[in-house]
Amino acid sequence: MNISLVLQMAVEAEPERIGLVCEGRRWSYLALMQAARAAAADISSSGCSHVALLDESSEAAAIALFGAALAGVAYVPLNYRLADPDLASLLSRIAPAYIVGDAQRIERLSPDLGHRTRERSAFLVHATTSESLASADEPAEGIAVQLFTSGTTAAPKAALLRHANLLSYILGTVEFGAAAEQEAVLVSVPPYHIAGIAALLSSIYAMRRIVLLPAFDPDDWLRLAATEHATHAFLVPTMLGRVITRVDAGASADLSAMRAVAYGGGRMPTELIERALELFPKTDFTNAYGLTETSSTIALLGPEEHRAARSSSDPQARARLGSVGRPLPTVQVEIRDEEGRPLPAGERGEIYVRGDQVSGEYRERSALDAAGWFPTRDAGWLDAQGYLFLAGRTDDVIVRGGENISPGEIEDVLLAHPAIAEAAAVAVPSAEWGEAVGVAVVIRPGSAAPEEEQLRALVRSRLRSSRVPERIAFLDALPYNEMGKLLRREIRALFKG
Amino acid sequence: MKPGSKLKSAVCDTEVMVIRGGADAVVECGGSLMVEQAPAERRPIDPAFAQGTRIGKRYVDADGKIELLCVKAGQGSLAIAGVALQIKDAKPLPSSD
Repeated sequence: MNISLVLQMAVEAEPERIGLVCEGRRWSYLALMQAARAAAADISSSGCSHVALLDESSEAAAIALFGAALAGVAYVPLNYRLADPDLASLLSRIAPAYIVGDAQRIERLSPDLGHRTRERSAFLVHATTSESLASADEPAEGIAVQLFTSGTTAAPKAALLRHANLLSYILGTVEFGAAAEQEAVLVSVPPYHIAGIAALLSSIYAMRRIVLLPAFDPDDWLRLAATEHATHAFLVPTMLGRVITRVDAGASADLSAMRAVAYGGGRMPTELIERALELFPKTDFTNAYGLTETSSTIALLGPEEHRAARSSSDPQARARLGSVGRPLPTVQVEIRDEEGRPLPAGERGEIYVRGDQVSGEYRERSALDAAGWFPTRDAGWLDAQGYLFLAGRTDDVIVRGGENISPGEIEDVLLAHPAIAEAAAVAVPSAEWGEAVGVAVVIRPGSAAPEEEQLRALVRSRLRSSRVPERIAFLDALPYNEMGKLLRREIRALFKG
Repeated sequence: MKPGSKLKSAVCDTEVMVIRGGADAVVECGGSLMVEQAPAERRPIDPAFAQGTRIGKRYVDADGKIELLCVKAGQGSLAIAGVALQIKDAKPLPSSD
């Protein structure tokens, strides 16, 4: 198995159909394949061990992904927003690499490691004018993609996704050629995120035209959605929030073609999804939950489930709007306790997942257990109908005197206060309890900051006394990475400092 | 037939990838055994197995033990021991990427 099959089949079915649009440049499936074959020849002759991308999203990402696959070399898209020392460290872990993107920066940060650099424009010119790799042989199997995890809790890990993992995911979740010719998906997630890889593979297999936004901006997103008549989109909750803020502020928004929006990659605040359902009543919303190590989505809350949850008067059914839906038919999910024993419905523990799409493998070691289960480090529970609810990272659990406290329950209570815009609960060192609760809050613009005692009383009125924060910090903003993931280690550091 | 392996028709352009295979299952296309390397000269197609294959469709046997993905379409149709394979019903999931 090799992921180049995805593009090969689209070429086989309709070579001249436009498969990708970026800044007005339109690529047919055949043109993409020819470019990928030319890139593969260049990659093969470079002798490099990895193919990297250090760039915003563009057609070069698709060509490098498939070119690397055809050449049988792992593709490693890098986060160009990383600080120099962090990026230099990643560059040293993939040397010698064939790198598309910011050649000057690579030369400056990683001069002596034998990297071959290609500026995007030169890479594209070469790919559209050169000899291509002979296509007689079946391309290699093995590792297709290596992604460095965002490292919100520790140093980035090199997660490995094999061709078999990614292809199992695509074949198990997407119907080939299912998209009508006018369908177009607006892709605005960065190329170095698993959602960016999955978007390329899924959309090409469905033969849904990809419209790439090089870097997310809510006004650019709205403009491109209108001019390209986008019918589908994927957004992380932060992006959806920024789009809605612009729409509420009166930005022009022709989303009449937008039939389906999928979201994932972070916690979706209930008010935000309710506002989105209200603003765009004709759009189907799907919540997708997945991890890098699982080749993207493992659970889905579909459009009908969104509507059913929203219109239900049963509180348990309504709560499902805050769930990530049910596991895909092709994966198994279990909740386990700290000793690895399966827990019944309703009990909170660590989410384990198993299936062909699940890699669970890092450059250094595999995290799968003997029976193939991957411990996600995400905490959660299943309800009686099998809906999966997330409860933060297990690493974020606050252990106060032996009692496990999930930050989410405290944050939800604080967010109910009208003056609190954002809240984060973390463990703070405590001589008495080992750990205690510290919270960082951001006050809504125009609101007066509540007294600390008032916030403690609010938590005490709703939760057990162990949840009452020992320390409270008022911040101007919480630290997030560019995907909207809260950087809890920075908040913990703040309380230590 | 192990998952991931590819088979080619001896009578037409059809190619399939094995999704689920049995150790001893032997797949035919257009009335002739499928092979790993397409022969230099094509064999004649059996008119009883000439309904064609469709790219992207999954083909299964009656008890669902064998599953093949058509990765290239052709004029022949697929069978195991003379029994035609059927197209598997797709259960579409909402798009999530």
